[in-house]
Amino acid sequence: MRMHDLPDEKGHFGRYGGVFVAETLMAALEELKEAYLRCAADPQFQAEIEYDLEHYVGRPSPIYHARRWSDHHGGAQLYLKREDLNHTGAHKVNNVLGQALLARRMGKKRVIAETGAGMHGVAAATVAARFGMECVVYMGSEDVKRQAANVARMKMLGAEVVPVESGSKTLKDALNEAMRDWVTNVSSTFYIIGTVAGPHPYPMMVRDFQTVIGRECKAQMMALAGRHPDAVLACVGGGSNAIGIFHAYLAEAAVRLIGVEAAGEGIESGRHAATLCAGTPGILHGNRTYLLQDADGQIQQTHSISAGLDYPGVGPEHAWLRDSKRAEYVAVSDDQALAAFHALCRLEGIIPALESSHALAYAARLAPTLPQDAIVLVNLSGRGDKDMHTVAARSGITL
Amino acid sequence: MSRIAATFERLQAGERKALIPYFTAGDPDPAVTVAIMHALARAGADVIELGVPFSDPMADGPVIQRASERALGKGMNLARVLGQVGDFRARDARTPVVVMSYANPIEAMGWERFAGEAAANGVDGVLVVDYPPEEAHESAALLEQRGIDAIFLVAPTTTDARMRELAAAARGYIYYVSLTGVTGATHFDLAPVEEKLKRLRKLTRLPIGVGFGIRDGASAKAVARIADAVVIGSALVQLLAEGDAAGAPERAAQFVAGVRQAMDAR
Repeated sequence: MRMHDLPDEKGHFGRYGGVFVAETLMAALEELKEAYLRCAADPQFQAEIEYDLEHYVGRPSPIYHARRWSDHHGGAQLYLKREDLNHTGAHKVNNVLGQALLARRMGKKRVIAETGAGMHGVAAATVAARFGMECVVYMGSEDVKRQAANVARMKMLGAEVVPVESGSKTLKDALNEAMRDWVTNVSSTFYIIGTVAGPHPYPMMVRDFQTVIGRECKAQMMALAGRHPDAVLACVGGGSNAIGIFHAYLAEAAVRLIGVEAAGEGIESGRHAATLCAGTPGILHGNRTYLLQDADGQIQQTHSISAGLDYPGVGPEHAWLRDSKRAEYVAVSDDQALAAFHALCRLEGIIPALESSHALAYAARLAPTLPQDAIVLVNLSGRGDKDMHTVAARSGITL
Repeated sequence: MSRIAATFERLQAGERKALIPYFTAGDPDPAVTVAIMHALARAGADVIELGVPFSDPMADGPVIQRASERALGKGMNLARVLGQVGDFRARDARTPVVVMSYANPIEAMGWERFAGEAAANGVDGVLVVDYPPEEAHESAALLEQRGIDAIFLVAPTTTDARMRELAAAARGYIYYVSLTGVTGATHFDLAPVEEKLKRLRKLTRLPIGVGFGIRDGASAKAVARIADAVVIGSALVQLLAEGDAAGAPERAAQFVAGVRQAMDAR
């Protein structure tokens, strides 16, 4: 079994993944899987995606050699994959576009989505507007408060934003509520999951739509540097931007793959979202994966300065990559992410998303330990406009 | 013969249908859970479905979500639920108890230990909401070794091919979910349920219970005409939460007695 052939036909990545949902959704997931596999093998469908990725999203996104930022650390050369330059400001749109085209093929006129920071919700609202679909976005009421600008953006795009008041009122609860909507409206509705989690075929399908990131990188790095990078870094919440950039490099054993989780206020504080670093295997949201849970199997509250990483689970393929040691997973605190955020603003004139700032922070720590001709590629998965209020409040800036 | 099989045999002999109330263990207070179970049995419940509280009850509507939150807030966990079944069993050797849970609390305890403790405490059936038969081979075998029935859901969206698979895996009874939706939903329509049960009966000789959307004597009576068992959850859970915890067993008894009467009326 080759690593990049996973999942198996039942959606397993080693012992992880699978389909753990109530019976009502089983037929819908089967239908989705069949429709997706048909489309994946259909050149016409692939051509539609490629057209929209180029003309609507603005792909390929460039790779930028951040020379001043590299010199600042005095070690490896740091390159940034500029997913922040995509339409809607993050990698999320790659996946949403694929799923929306699939929904259209399946004749579904209503799409639903969950969102944490709001980037996936904005991407879903955007693409739904473009295809003339009804769009409902579930968002934890805490996140609605924290991310007012993105809520306004989604409403402007014609989506209905439903604040979720149950549980911890954050991303995991938004996902629960979206699942409840789907189970109720299963015949009319397509559920656009925003990350590589959920029941099979979602982890596989979302990954496939995001692998465009790594495929572009491979060709771009060859053109820019004449070789593969020594290490590829990406932040991991659910893990979609990380899988997107890792996947093309899985077969290149010499390339280190490093996923960076949110250590929040420090793993020892208990207030973090570092699932792969500090979690244990369990079942949530339709798949078996690492979870932040207590000894009784109850899911724990997470914390991160970035709402997009504030999730107690992680995609099952990452769980598998962790156990098989093909990828390494580390964690970076709120403060370290914030320092990297400011450094990139000042040294390169690029305002990164707080999520991506976690990957940047680890790159900043790694670079000085490597020789000057080493190459580190970081997925700059999104831009930081949405984080102005959070950063200002934390850094004593008055808006 | 298992307690579940014996119960359905007895009911069928008397041409009566089973009444299966559901409530969340530990709600409104862990101190009254066992008393509620006894009250339900006395009032005419034939099987009791006891819910294991979970932090992320994806298949449940607001009523059972809140019940789960309240129970967790009072320190409930799976081990305590099994202990409560044991306490109930000490004074009621006859009424079957089915533990209904999401997968993760059981995974966290470990299937081996769970099956052992469930059997030791007199659990008769286990229904794991988010564990379809595809993923349930090992767990179902563990339960079967200890004489516990693995109960499965069939839904309106279940295809005939899956129904066959489910019928083969199911033990005890089959739980038919009457509508596409979460617990506590009310858009219930009897005709399609009747149609689906006809197809299901060709594939299984197990009794079939129907749940979701049944909230009172009238809807229970209507369902009892086409099913072998009627499951009532959210309506009871709602009632348990309204008023003081000490009065919960009495409220439960009154409600279930009323439903029982409606079901048995000719």
